[in-house]
Amino acid sequence: MSRFPDPRMIRGSLGAFVVAALALPALAEDAGQFPEGGFGLGREATPDEIALWDIDIRPDGKGLPAGSGSVEAGEEIWTYECAHCHGDFAEGIDRWPVLAGGEGTLANDRPVKTIGSYWPYLSTVYDYVYRAMPFGYSQSLSADDIYAITAYLLYSNYIVEDDFVLSRENFTEVRLPNEDGFFMDDRAETELPVFIGEPCMTDCKDSVEITARAVILDVTPEDGGEGGGSID
Amino acid sequence: MSGIFKGMKPSRRAFLRGAAAAGVGAASGGVAARAAQDPAFDGLQPWMQQLGDPVDAAPYGMPSEFEAHVQRKTVYWLTADPISSINFTPLHELDGIITPNGLCFERHHGGAAHVDPALHRLMINGLVDRELVFTMEDLKRFPRENHVYFLECAANSGMEWRGAQLNGCQFTHGMIHNVMYTGIPLKLLLQEAGVQTAGKWILAEGADASGMTRSIPIEKALDDCLVAFKMNGEALRVEQGYPLRLVVPGWEGNMWVKWLRRIEVGDAPWHHREETSKYTDLLADGNARRFTWEMDAKSVITNPSPQAPITHSKGPTVITGLAWSGRGTIPRVDVTIDGGKNWYKARMSGPSLTKSMHRFYFDFDWDGKPLLLQSRAHDSTGYVQPTKDQLRAVRGENSIYHNNGIQTWHVNEKGEAENVEIS
Repeated sequence: MSRFPDPRMIRGSLGAFVVAALALPALAEDAGQFPEGGFGLGREATPDEIALWDIDIRPDGKGLPAGSGSVEAGEEIWTYECAHCHGDFAEGIDRWPVLAGGEGTLANDRPVKTIGSYWPYLSTVYDYVYRAMPFGYSQSLSADDIYAITAYLLYSNYIVEDDFVLSRENFTEVRLPNEDGFFMDDRAETELPVFIGEPCMTDCKDSVEITARAVILDVTPEDGGEGGGSID
Repeated sequence: MSGIFKGMKPSRRAFLRGAAAAGVGAASGGVAARAAQDPAFDGLQPWMQQLGDPVDAAPYGMPSEFEAHVQRKTVYWLTADPISSINFTPLHELDGIITPNGLCFERHHGGAAHVDPALHRLMINGLVDRELVFTMEDLKRFPRENHVYFLECAANSGMEWRGAQLNGCQFTHGMIHNVMYTGIPLKLLLQEAGVQTAGKWILAEGADASGMTRSIPIEKALDDCLVAFKMNGEALRVEQGYPLRLVVPGWEGNMWVKWLRRIEVGDAPWHHREETSKYTDLLADGNARRFTWEMDAKSVITNPSPQAPITHSKGPTVITGLAWSGRGTIPRVDVTIDGGKNWYKARMSGPSLTKSMHRFYFDFDWDGKPLLLQSRAHDSTGYVQPTKDQLRAVRGENSIYHNNGIQTWHVNEKGEAENVEIS
């Protein structure tokens, strides 16, 4: 028996499809059963292909390449490759991301979310710097360069001393201060049971006052000003 | 007080009354005088006499030149530069539920990559029985499906947490689009590779210069995710991930990885930049929610709104807007014109599809007095869209993402609308 459906069966189901179409506003049929033994499409990836593309790093160190880099070496690379956007001390220039400082500000009116104050895992720094930085020349830095930049960012955040050397071997020993500052989405317990039920429809309040107006801020693009907040 | 139309079917008596009024006008010269001043009747228009464009004038058609103002727009102060940035869908210029491809908002982190489909591959590796590479031609031999889904950026309305800030639904709500995708169920591709029992998460990765990555639980990957190559019938647009993007229905837009080049199966999440430093929701106490994937039910009145004022005087007036939920359909939207003293059920129009935008209308007789307009979505789980203050009570004002609070527009006597908040 063929692993694909019998064409006569397809004709049969099309007949039912036409009848059903008269009664239903929209029709959706699944793309069908997965055939026994698979479709046989695509080809095996080679080890070299996987090595070239599989660049991701995890908090447990999975994916880290061999190599090492010092704070001192990192400062030199940083000055040349990174400082024109992120500042000499990772303090951020213009609206480019601030990467150092901000300790103890997360509950403030204006929190400063940096590697030291907010990011939970160091592996994210290594992974992101290699895959996406320098901006406009991704995946161009060596493993030693990335270890060195990562070490310099730790130093900028007062997490290591200036003689520190980061390597694959000691990578997972370094923990970021805010690792425990995150928890799994709990909206199903904290919000969904609250935001439910038949709401008031008639005579719901006695008076209504305007409490805030966008024109006072005047930051809509055609109006020229600059507003608060960032999405990046 | 503005009158609310009941049922909206004109009665025979009302129809006759209207005809009688027109008759009176003609007798006094009113209608005739108005017609004489109407420039549409100032002789024949050129398009009534002269020939139009030949069929080869526009091999790929564009909107009328009179619609040239209908454009995506950016807000320059939001980001450091326009490459890792965002623009906004002009919701106030659209109707129905489908977003035209050229108006779908853009968000990229390393610019819109121009990928050659002949050199594009999708790799599946990690905890699978067979690590595979597919060409675009391979992918188009898998069975495919069509689904309409909204894609909303988690930061949509993110600039409004501290109060009304941007004047226009394009800017307050325009990080969203709604498109029919044609794609392969991700489940089929994962089955082809053979996910091992230890495989609990996937990492989706883009081929652009940001190498965008997100961790997705295997349950979602095997449920309704698609690997899409068409939108609204044609190939994906460059800025939407041509030639291949991941579709993650109902979940935040950042996870819908564009220029999709690789899916890795693993036993734990990767905690990459876009799920730690970004797209985590900082609460007032300094702790942050992570993995807030689902988009809560939300709605907005698109017309009238600050960029689309009421341009007529009192009388029959159409209020319209959009509603959506990452958890299902939208069976109901309520509308108020008096700032929430009284609410009315809006009229839903068009297809009601799960995790798709829904269109609503509220037709009423405007008395020409100021209005405070709001809409309130109910989704198929029973969830009711909260007010902004209800959200702030739970989350504070620093969470940036997932602001689905009720939007208020103040409309003055001239029909001009403004983004406000009310008590």
